Amino acid sequence: MDTSPKIKRESKNKIRVEFERAPLWERIKAKFFSMNFLKKVVFVVFRFVLLLGISYVILFPYISKIFQSFMSPSDFKDVTVVLISKNPTFDQYKYLVLENNYFPLMLKTFALSLSTAIIQTFICALVAYGLAKFKFKGNNIVFAIVVVTLMIPNEAISYSMYEYFNAWDYWPLTEKIDAFLKGINENWKFSFMNSYIPMYLLSFTGLGFRNGLFIFMLRQFFRGVPDELEESAYVDGSSTMKTFFRIILPISVPMLITVFIFSFAWQWTDDFYVGMFFNSIHVFNHGYPNIREIVRVIPPSLQAGASGLDAYLAAVTGTGTILIAAPLIIAYIFLQDKIVQGVERSGIVG
Amino acid sequence: MTSTIPSNNIKKRRKGLSLTKKKALQGWIFVLPFIIGIIFLYAPILVQSIRITFSDVSFANGQLTLNFVGFQNYVDIFNPTNPDKSFPVTLLDGVKDLILQIPAIVIFALFMAIILNQKMAGRTVFRAIFFLPVILSIGIIDSLDAQAGDALTGGNLSGSVDDGTGESEGIMSAMDLQSILGNIKLGTGLVEYVVKLVNDIFNIVSRSGVQMLIFLSGLQSISPAIYESCQIEGASAWETFWKITLPMISPMILVNFIYTVIDAFTSAENRVMNFIGMMSNQTNFKEETTAMYWVYILVVLLMIVVVGLLMKAFVFYQKRD
Repeated sequence: MDTSPKIKRESKNKIRVEFERAPLWERIKAKFFSMNFLKKVVFVVFRFVLLLGISYVILFPYISKIFQSFMSPSDFKDVTVVLISKNPTFDQYKYLVLENNYFPLMLKTFALSLSTAIIQTFICALVAYGLAKFKFKGNNIVFAIVVVTLMIPNEAISYSMYEYFNAWDYWPLTEKIDAFLKGINENWKFSFMNSYIPMYLLSFTGLGFRNGLFIFMLRQFFRGVPDELEESAYVDGSSTMKTFFRIILPISVPMLITVFIFSFAWQWTDDFYVGMFFNSIHVFNHGYPNIREIVRVIPPSLQAGASGLDAYLAAVTGTGTILIAAPLIIAYIFLQDKIVQGVERSGIVG
Repeated sequence: MTSTIPSNNIKKRRKGLSLTKKKALQGWIFVLPFIIGIIFLYAPILVQSIRITFSDVSFANGQLTLNFVGFQNYVDIFNPTNPDKSFPVTLLDGVKDLILQIPAIVIFALFMAIILNQKMAGRTVFRAIFFLPVILSIGIIDSLDAQAGDALTGGNLSGSVDDGTGESEGIMSAMDLQSILGNIKLGTGLVEYVVKLVNDIFNIVSRSGVQMLIFLSGLQSISPAIYESCQIEGASAWETFWKITLPMISPMILVNFIYTVIDAFTSAENRVMNFIGMMSNQTNFKEETTAMYWVYILVVLLMIVVVGLLMKAFVFYQKRD
């Protein structure tokens, strides 16, 4: 019997190839009853179980917090309650939102995080582009300084940083300003405390929280951008700045979004800078952009029903954590593919 | 219409800056914000911080005065007769802890990045979950978790971080694992190390997000053609990993080691940082705690140099034209 494939012409541009196939059973046997297939199945199952297990480890604290956020004090006295509440309530959310001023705090924190994240992303992109694409004396030194700023823990310089922004007596001009203010009113003192100025000063100079990492990431990204792109722009008469704004920034959007998300999220959950620059020692002041304030004290209405129930108070703190994390998680769900995309395209190579 | 450039125009241009100099100048303009910040903000703060460690700080009518005392503060924190002599001990323990933890984080990140790079169903979901700690396990949320962790009835996994006390509540009972590994007759040191890592899995997973991202980007930049030719030559997956993936990704391993050292050492949750933070809350002696921080920074710097030198032998750079 002729087993070679037969070619039939169906129409003008369409052909059909007919050939003899092995019987179905033979094909199934070859495909599914081989060592190779078994290996593959075992590998896929193992991989899936592993990923599932680690996902569980990551998500479990949040899941347990979410379940506990719907519990009422009586659930913590009942030993049979593990995750599912027997008397579910929204009390924890209700009082945290109402009595601890969740929304004003959230808006303030949001405004600060958004503005500093935009500034930091832009400034870091600018500095990183300068470091990546221009050869000048001291380029390596500037980059080394970037790494050093990343390396020094904030806590180590917190005292002198506080003092610097509080007293501000390093420059002769400020002494004059101080003297001038004292001339108008005895009690006036030139200080940046309880204002947004220190945060913005740090952001505008690329010295905010982990900005060294952003500069590092963006520098690696810009190094991967082919020089020909800029050269062709220069040939067409575009200036360096114009090239940066019109060509470089648009093509690096995924990377910029990645940096923006990191910057926003880390500012959102930051307690160090806002804790230092805004004196929140006066218990409960929702005038400050520190979202942690919502769990600084347990809402009075919740405290009443929870005397001696430490687990319940911990659950309230957990609910506060959910409220803090919720906006971030929502933003993350929408933007997470951009993070992977941005980093994938950066092609960071040594 | 002719568009020839007048010759005097060329001469004029030559009088100005050369192209390289022009580009150098423009480079400075780009990094200018950072330079200004370093000169006017960071350097004074840093210098002041170092000056404090060499001085005796005193407040007098709202004015801060620093009296130079030489290395006295440094001598004090290492003085064995000092009531706070636990600093050298804590430093040693903390550094030992981190030295054990850092390779685990990097290896775990590499392993997970390789798996997450493979094509499979639900990859996007798994990736999203794995990178979640990058934005959530930090700052307020991290410290609130640590604060409330143990009290939660669900047994927050991060509760097992505090040195061994919560071991029985860890993922796997330490005893079980110890008995399993004990039968294989491994050294007890190794068994303890593995048990510690398993119980610390939450910490390791939540600390390896950025590293995973960096590895993923590295894996993406390896040309698929190399893998294809390997397959044609008949290399197994095992061989491909050791001969292709590992050398190609070695620069990223260096970057990640350094990043992990920095991240782990400067995180406010580690033992030494915790200790110094506690000390600075307890006492008013800012000069001593600041001195502790600077000793610690020197240790971190030393670690980075050591890691860099060790890794230098293994890093493979693909020659590029």
